Amino acid sequence: MFPYLETLVFLPGVIGVVIFFFPSEFPKRYYKGLGVAVSLVELVVAAAMLVQFKTGVGGYQMVSTYHWIPTFGIAWSLGVDGISLFLVVLSAILFPIAIFGSKETKDPKSFIAWMLILETACVGSFLVLDLFDFFLMFELTLIPTYFLMSNWGFSLGGRAAVKFFVYTFLGSAFLLIGILALVFIHDGGTGQVTFSIVALAHTQMSSTAGRLIFLAFSIAFLIKAPVFPFHTWSPDAYSQSPITAAIVLGGVMAKLGTYGIIRFDFQLFPQASRSLGWLILTLAVAGIVYGAVTAAGESHLSRLVAYSSLSHMGFIVLGLFAFTQIGLSGAVLQMFNHGIYTAALFLLLGMIYARRKTLDTSKLAGIQSKAPIMAGIFTVVMLASIGLPGLNGFVGEFMILLGTFITHRWWAVIGVSGVILSAVYMLWAYQKVFHRRDPEQRSFKDLSIREIATLVPLVILIVGIGIFPNVLLSRINPSVHKVLSNSTTQSIVYHSSLGKVAGR
Amino acid sequence: MLSFLPYVVGLPLLGFFVLLFLGRRLGRPAAGIVGSVAVGLAFAGSLFVYSGLVSRPANQRIYVDRLFSWFHSGSLHVNVSLYLDPLSMTMVLFVTGVAFLIHIYSIGYMGHDERFHQFFVYLNLFVFSMLILVVGGSLPLTFLGWEGVGTCSYFLIAFWFERPAAASAGKKAFIVNRIGDAGFLLGSFMVYKYFGSLSYSHIFSQSSGVSHEVATWISLLFFVAAIGKSAQIPLFVWLVDAMEGPTPVSALIHAATMVTAGVFLMARLNPFLALSQTSSMVIAIVGVATALLGATAATSQNDIKKVLAYSTVSQLGFMFLGIGTGAYVAAIFLMVTHAFYKALLFLGAGSVIHGMGDEQNLKKMGALRRFMPITSVTFIVGWLSIAGVPPFSGFWSKGDVLDSAFVKSPILWIFGIVAALLTAYYMGRETYLAFYGPSRWSDPIKPSAHPHESPGVMTYPLIVLAVLALLGGALNLPFGSKIAFLSNWLAPVFASAPSAPQVSSSLEVILGVVDAVVALTGVGLAISLWRSRWDQPALEPKTLQKAYYVDAAYDAAVAVPGTWIARESNQVIDPKVIDGAVKTLTDLVSNTGKLTRRLQNGYVRSYALAVSFGVVVLLGYMLTRASS
Repeated sequence: MFPYLETLVFLPGVIGVVIFFFPSEFPKRYYKGLGVAVSLVELVVAAAMLVQFKTGVGGYQMVSTYHWIPTFGIAWSLGVDGISLFLVVLSAILFPIAIFGSKETKDPKSFIAWMLILETACVGSFLVLDLFDFFLMFELTLIPTYFLMSNWGFSLGGRAAVKFFVYTFLGSAFLLIGILALVFIHDGGTGQVTFSIVALAHTQMSSTAGRLIFLAFSIAFLIKAPVFPFHTWSPDAYSQSPITAAIVLGGVMAKLGTYGIIRFDFQLFPQASRSLGWLILTLAVAGIVYGAVTAAGESHLSRLVAYSSLSHMGFIVLGLFAFTQIGLSGAVLQMFNHGIYTAALFLLLGMIYARRKTLDTSKLAGIQSKAPIMAGIFTVVMLASIGLPGLNGFVGEFMILLGTFITHRWWAVIGVSGVILSAVYMLWAYQKVFHRRDPEQRSFKDLSIREIATLVPLVILIVGIGIFPNVLLSRINPSVHKVLSNSTTQSIVYHSSLGKVAGR
Repeated sequence: MLSFLPYVVGLPLLGFFVLLFLGRRLGRPAAGIVGSVAVGLAFAGSLFVYSGLVSRPANQRIYVDRLFSWFHSGSLHVNVSLYLDPLSMTMVLFVTGVAFLIHIYSIGYMGHDERFHQFFVYLNLFVFSMLILVVGGSLPLTFLGWEGVGTCSYFLIAFWFERPAAASAGKKAFIVNRIGDAGFLLGSFMVYKYFGSLSYSHIFSQSSGVSHEVATWISLLFFVAAIGKSAQIPLFVWLVDAMEGPTPVSALIHAATMVTAGVFLMARLNPFLALSQTSSMVIAIVGVATALLGATAATSQNDIKKVLAYSTVSQLGFMFLGIGTGAYVAAIFLMVTHAFYKALLFLGAGSVIHGMGDEQNLKKMGALRRFMPITSVTFIVGWLSIAGVPPFSGFWSKGDVLDSAFVKSPILWIFGIVAALLTAYYMGRETYLAFYGPSRWSDPIKPSAHPHESPGVMTYPLIVLAVLALLGGALNLPFGSKIAFLSNWLAPVFASAPSAPQVSSSLEVILGVVDAVVALTGVGLAISLWRSRWDQPALEPKTLQKAYYVDAAYDAAVAVPGTWIARESNQVIDPKVIDGAVKTLTDLVSNTGKLTRRLQNGYVRSYALAVSFGVVVLLGYMLTRASS
C-alpha cells in the first residue's frame, strides 16, 4: 500500500528544509507557488488517505512501526484513527489556503520553508503513536511558529513570539516531566522501557501519581488550546502573527491541545481524567463565559477572534470531559469545524487589513455598502461561529452541550449562556465594522476573484458540513467509542423515568 | 400527493439560490417576480399536499417523510425529516399564502430600493426557514427553522443598515431571540434525557409517561423560547425596534408569521402542557399580561407602525392566553385570522408611508381617505376585524379565546376583555388620525409631496387580504360541530389534551354579545375622541408612549453594566490580573535568573536555543539512566 502517513508527515518538511538550501538566484516569486504546490500535493495525499480510511473501525489504521532507538523503547510509529483523521485533513486543507492567501512579501524563501516545516510538525503530531515522537513533533511546532511570528509579524510580533514561546515551553516542560515520570513508573512496574502509547496505557500507578502526571500533561495541553486561565498569550500571538500563521495557530495548533487531551490524558490516565474532570470542566465553562465577555469588550478584531477562540475551545474541552459518546464525538467534530471558520475569519481579517491597514473596530465602518460580497461571506462565517443550525458550527456545539447535559447538567446550563454571548460580541463587532456609513466615505474594494477563490472552499465546507456532518461523524464515532470504552472502568448507564438510555 | 411536500419546502430555497447568484443580473422587477413565483408555486403545491392529507381518514393524517440522516452518535439519531399533520399543514398554507401576497406587494413597495434583489433573497430564505420550522420532524430541525427565521429577521430589520437605528434594531432582535433560544436548547436536552430521542413521532408516542415535574420543566423551557420569538413579557422589547425594517417585512415576519412561531411551538408541544397545569397557568398569565401591556402601549404611539407593533405584541398575548387555557384550536384560529388582518393593516400602513413619501408620524397625516380610497377602505376592514366587530373574522377568533378564558378563570377573562376594548379603541385612533380629520401634511415648502394611492401591485394584495380578514371567521363558526371546520381539522393534533373548555350555548351567546358590545364601545370611543382632534396629551401619557419604560430599564440594568463588565474584563482583568499573575511568576523566575546574568545576551533566539539544548541534555541524561 502507498505509504500515505509517511508521505503526509515528511513531504512538506523535507521540501521545506531543502528550500533553505536553494540558490539565491532562484526567482523569489516562485516560492509561493512552490509552497502552494507542495501543500496541494499534501492535500491530495490526505484526500486519498481519507478515501482509504475504513469507516466503522475504531482502532488505528495504516499503522506502520520502525525501530528507532530500541534501547529506550522508542519506535517511529504512525497510525490514524477517527480522532486524528480529520485533524490531518484540516491541516492539509488550511495550509494551502493559508499559503495561497498569504500577502507576505519579505523573504519568501524562508517564509515558505518555515510554513512547510510547520505543516510537517502539525501533521506529525497528529499521526505519531509514540510519546517520544509526539513530544518531538509537539515541540517542533514551536520553532517555525516563533520565527514566523517574530520575522513576519506585526510591529509587536517579536514580543508576542517570546510570550508565546515562553508560555508553551513552560507547558512542554511539564509535559516532559510527566512523560518521563510515566515511563519510569512503567519501567519500575514492568522492567520495560517504552514510549508506546498502547503499552503505557496499562501502567499501574497510585491514584496520586496518576493525578499528578495527568495534571502535568494537562497543563501543556490547556496552554496550547488555550483554556482559561492559561490563555493570555493567545490574544497577543493571534493579533501579532502574520495572518498566514494566525490561521495555522488558531485553526490547527489550538487543536493540538484538545487532541492531546483525548489521545494522552484519556488513554493514559482514565481514572484521573474522570476524578479531576470536574476541575477541567469548570475551567472550560469559565473560559466559555469569560472569553465571550472579554471578546465583547475588545476593539481589535484579531484579538476578538482570540477571545472568541478561548470561548469556543472551552466548548470543545467541555465536550471532552463530559465523557459521553455524544459530547466527545461533538467535540472532535467541533475541532474540525472551529478550524474551518477560524481560518476563514482570519483570512477575511487579512483582507480587511490589506485595504485599511487597521483592524480596530472604531476605525472601520460601512464596509457592507462598499463590499457586499465580502460582507456576505463574512456573515456566513460569523453565523457559523455563532453556531447557526445549517452551518458547521451548530452540530458540534449542539452535541457537546447535549452530551454534557446528560452527565453534568449545570455545567451545560452555564455553557448554553455562551450561545447567547457569542451572538452579542460577534454581531456587535459586525455592526461596527460592516454596518453604518463610513464617515469619511473612503473607497473600499470588494473581494477580488483570487480572494473569493481563497474563501470559497471554506464556505463550501461550512455549509456542507452543516448539512452533512455525518460524513465526518461516521468516521469519528467508532474511534470515540473505542476511546470511551478503553477509558471506562464501569460504563455509565443512567435510568430515566422512561427506561434506559445509554449514557456513554 | 403528500410526497410533494419536500418540493413545497424546497421551492423557496431554490428561489433563494437563484436570486443569490443571479438576482443582480435579473434586476427589477424580474428578481421580485422570480421570488414571488417561487413562493406562489409553493402555495399552489401546498394546496396539492393539502388535498392529499385531507383525503386520509382523520386519525391517519400524519405524514412523516425521512429525507436523510443529519447527525448521529451513540444513541442519538437526528434525521432531516418532515412531519406533516393538520397543525403544520395549516401553518404551511397560511404562511405560503400570506407570504405570496406580501412578495407581490414588495415588488411595488421596494421598487425604488437600490438593493431590490437582495430583499427578495432574504425574503425567500425566510419563507424556506419558516416552512422548515413548521414541518421539521424533530426538535433540532425545528430549531434550524427557528434560527433561520431569526437570522432572516436580523438581515431584514437591518436591511437599511446604513441607518444606525436599523442596524442596532437588527442586532437587538437577534440577541434577545438568542436568550429564548437558550431555552429551546435546554428544553431539547431535557427531552432527550427523558425520551432518548428528539423526533416528534417518538416523543409524542411516549409523552404520556412523563411526570408532572418533567413536563413542567420541558414546557417552561420551551415557553422561554416562545417568549423570545413571540415577543412576550419580559422579552417583547425587540419587536417595536424591529419596525426599522421595511414595512413588508414587518407585515410578513413581525406580524403574520415568524412571531407566531412561539404559539405554534407551544401548540406543537401540547402533550406536555396537557400534563402540566402549572405551565399552562404561567402561559395564560404571561399571555393576558402581555395582551394588556401591548394594548395600553398601543393607545399612545405616534408612529403608524409602532401602534401596529404593540398591537401585535398584544394579539400574540391573546394567542398565548388561548394556549394557556387549553383552547389550542382557538389560539391557532386567532393566529390565522390575525395573519390576515394584521398583514392587511401593516401593508395598509406601508401604502400610507409609501404615498406620504416615507412619513410615519400619525400626527402629520389626516384626511388620507380622499387620496387613498382603496388603502383606507381596506384599512378600515382591518380595524373592524382586529376590533372584533361582528361579522369580521376577529370577532369569531378572539371570541373563542375569551370564552375559554372565561371558563378557566373569570379574572383572566376580565383582563382579556379590557385588552379587547383597548384594541378596538387604539386601532380606531390610528384609523382616524391617518384617514380622517383635517390634513396635517400640507407642506408649504414641499407642495409636490402629495399623497397618492399606491399602484395596483400593492393594492390588489390589500384587497385580497381585506376579503380574507372579513370572511376568515368562516374557518371556525360556532354554529354546531359540522361547520366548525378548523376544530374538526385540528382535533387529532390535540387529541391527547383534555378537551378544550366548553361553554354552554346560552353562555356562549351571552359572551358573544358582550364581546360585540365591547368591540363597538371601543370603536365608538375612538370615533368620538379622535374624530376631529389629533392632539390630546391626556390620552397619550408618557408612560404608555414609552411602554412603561421597560426598554429603558433594560438598558440601565443590563446593557450599561454589561458593557462596563466587558470593557473592564478586556482592559483590566485580562491584561492586569490574569496576565499580571503570569508576569509575576515569570519575573520571579527571571530574578532567579539574574544570578546567571552573564549567560544572558538579550537575544531570544539564543534563549530558545539554550532552552532547547537544556531539554535535550535533560532528556539524554534521563534516558541513559533509564537504560542503565
